[in-house]
Amino acid sequence: MTLPVQPIASTADAPASVRCAHCGLVCPPGAPSEANHRFCCRGCQSVYALLHQEGLGEFYTLSPDAGVRPGPEDPKQFAFLDQPEIRAQYADFCDGRRLRATLRVPAIHCLACVWLLENLFRLELGFGASRVAFARRELAIEIDLDKLSFSRAATRLAELGYPPEFRLADLEESTQPARTRLHRHEWLRLGVAGFAFGNTMLFSLAQYLGMDASSTPGFRPLTGWLSLALAVPVVVYSAGDYWRASWLSIRQRRLAIEVPIAVGIVAIFLQSTWEVISGHGPGYFDSLAGLLFFLLIGRAFSRVAWDRLSFERDYKSFFPLAVTRRTESGDTTVVIGQLEVGDRVVLRPGDLVPADGRLLSATARIDYSFVTGEAEPVGQVRWDLLYAGGRQRDGIIEVAITKPVSQSYLTSLWDQAAFRKQRGERLDSLLNRYSPRFTAIILALAIGSALFWWPTDPARAVKAFVSVLIVACPCALALAAPFSLGTAQRMLARHRIFLRNPQVIEDLAGIDGVVLDKTGTLTQPHQGELVFQGDALADPERQALAAMVAHSSHPMAERVRAWLGADLREQEVHDFREVPGAGIEGTIDSLNLRLGSSTWFRDLGIALPGIESSATALLAVGGQFRGAFHWGGELRPGVEGLIRSLENRFPIWLLSGDRDREGSRWRFLFGPSTTLCFSQSPMEKHDKIRKLECDGRHILMVGDGLNDAGALRQSTVGIAVVEAIGTFSPASDVILDASSLPLLPEVLDYSKRVMRVVRICLGISTAYNLIGLTIAARGELQPVVCAILMPLSSVTVVAAGCGLATWSARKLQRNGAPVPPVP
Amino acid sequence: MIVLLFLIPVSLVIALAFLASFVWAVRTGQFEDTETPALRMLPHDGVVPSADGPKTNTLSVIQKL
Repeated sequence: MTLPVQPIASTADAPASVRCAHCGLVCPPGAPSEANHRFCCRGCQSVYALLHQEGLGEFYTLSPDAGVRPGPEDPKQFAFLDQPEIRAQYADFCDGRRLRATLRVPAIHCLACVWLLENLFRLELGFGASRVAFARRELAIEIDLDKLSFSRAATRLAELGYPPEFRLADLEESTQPARTRLHRHEWLRLGVAGFAFGNTMLFSLAQYLGMDASSTPGFRPLTGWLSLALAVPVVVYSAGDYWRASWLSIRQRRLAIEVPIAVGIVAIFLQSTWEVISGHGPGYFDSLAGLLFFLLIGRAFSRVAWDRLSFERDYKSFFPLAVTRRTESGDTTVVIGQLEVGDRVVLRPGDLVPADGRLLSATARIDYSFVTGEAEPVGQVRWDLLYAGGRQRDGIIEVAITKPVSQSYLTSLWDQAAFRKQRGERLDSLLNRYSPRFTAIILALAIGSALFWWPTDPARAVKAFVSVLIVACPCALALAAPFSLGTAQRMLARHRIFLRNPQVIEDLAGIDGVVLDKTGTLTQPHQGELVFQGDALADPERQALAAMVAHSSHPMAERVRAWLGADLREQEVHDFREVPGAGIEGTIDSLNLRLGSSTWFRDLGIALPGIESSATALLAVGGQFRGAFHWGGELRPGVEGLIRSLENRFPIWLLSGDRDREGSRWRFLFGPSTTLCFSQSPMEKHDKIRKLECDGRHILMVGDGLNDAGALRQSTVGIAVVEAIGTFSPASDVILDASSLPLLPEVLDYSKRVMRVVRICLGISTAYNLIGLTIAARGELQPVVCAILMPLSSVTVVAAGCGLATWSARKLQRNGAPVPPVP
Repeated sequence: MIVLLFLIPVSLVIALAFLASFVWAVRTGQFEDTETPALRMLPHDGVVPSADGPKTNTLSVIQKL
């Protein structure tokens, strides 16, 4: 079955306010319409018709912005999916007749999408059951391969407006199942600890009320042995991570926070087991289970996973999986890895150059902004070398591959060690500095109190020694950081600032220098304004230029006209001439004007004093060169305020891959103390950060493109700015939505406040420990005291951490525009 | 109070049943995706509105609830 394209009833001009019945975009004049419905394009119309024809019209009632405008789809673009080895890579299961696969579909955005994609089987024969994972924007789908090929199914999804995304990185070993299993283990550990905690508390209740031993003989042994039985899985299974971590930490000869916790668990367990076996008392099993329950909640709380975000992406997630290869027998889609030197590939507007190659078409405009930071698309002519990662702007071009993908410029850059540096766990975090001191003090106290009691009362000495270890178990200490930092991480996420992990807050608080990238970070890509380089135009010149460009429909002429402004008179143009591919000329009020390319100017013999080749158009008046037009990246809103307030706090460096044609403008924007560096290669950016860090600075790097990837890795904290959450960003510590960029100074202040909150929480837990320790050192610890003190201290620390971290965020709240909750 | 000796094992067995159901829920992946099921329940199944028939508005269904 193919998409039925209904005959169009009329194509009457739609008023500007009419919106498409499918996607809700404003219909352009002359848009198709049918019955009472108007559509912005044929694609929307056919989807609308199809859904109604198949009885899926409910789609439009489910959500006000249900429809997605389908892009122009190339029917062969998914052909590579039918290659058996590629299909096997994507399929979770395939026996040749049925196929089950999980596809990434970024266009999923609402309830209606979920409903439609789970009703695909009603739309076309061959689709089986399908399930959407909304948070991950994934579609798990079953396909009957006898009736529908994999590529056809993907094409059909694309036609509906939900193109599945295939990336080069997908062909690597999938890490998905491993991550899920870890996740499940965490839930189970928490469940077992909570189960044991609740039940041992129940058993202990009678004992706390003093109604056990006297009233019912045999009661205490029963509850004691039951509690022991419940505590064993807690110690063995739930505490598993603590054994591993403390063993690792001891082998590395340092005292991480897990070591005193593990020592405490051992002390509680051995003491309680001895008490139960010997019949001396009920033991501290309730405290033990409670301790692990709270600890595991803290761990779960601090492990916030943003399903759609990845902080570890490299160029492989940026590159598409397949490209169109042109051979004598026609066009075929091939996987990038199968491209060979000499292959010819076809690139459409918006496609990436997959590997270094030579341009076979006459001209091309390649946008390298993401790879090099150069804002302006580079004009290329036949036989020019194109580098992998550039994006073709307009027109369809053909490229002959000169290097395999794995040896292209971008790929080889990535293979350098600096770009692959992994970030390990920080060893000098606040907690890791605090915990050796804490452990040392506790051990000293335990031994000290044992020595104190030994001469007079050896039994009491042993009890004091064990009690100190039991009470001082740094439960509250271990909870202070996860809850404060985890809360802060969630508060920041409300403003579309996502941290790789909560510890990044501590790094953010210690920042003392900021490095900014320009293109794409401070400026908005592809929304540039024209910049005129040269002496300002006099009014007659402006009027004449406006009159001349009004005669041309070339996009550049239209942009120049928009740049000139509105207050212009009508003027007659004589001898107007448009030379295709070169420029326009005309005479207005005896003033001869030319606007065009540098090649054209050179052919005409006009002297060009020191003009860069990247100028988009040159202007000559009366045969003399007058100036040049460039595309200038437009500043993001709020950037000036951001720079002002950052400058008041830190030294700033601007590292741009762009050339410095707008240097004066940027110099003006920044104060005199800022260092501006232009024409920086990715490696130079990385080296600059490395040098600053070697000087003892803690650098915050803010960047966006692949050219910043090395710098983002090298800096103390790397922030990747993205246009939309979920789109590609290089590996970084923080992913920040571009609209939240002006909040950056506030975020730095907030992280400082949060670190203060952590210190307050550490203080609270220390106070509780002092109370407990004074009791324990005297050898008078009762299980009931322990059972009250331990949860109480944990709850206070958790409440203080969460509460204060939320309260500290109020300034962030006030300054930031209210942002809807994050998907 | 001798009844406690009987009640405590009974309560433990019940609690174990809940633990077992929790383990089952985790293992069958019920904690993997907590978002989509909430969306999935909103459209009502079985009702297939014809192309030009009266449309049922989900919002009105939610309001009735």
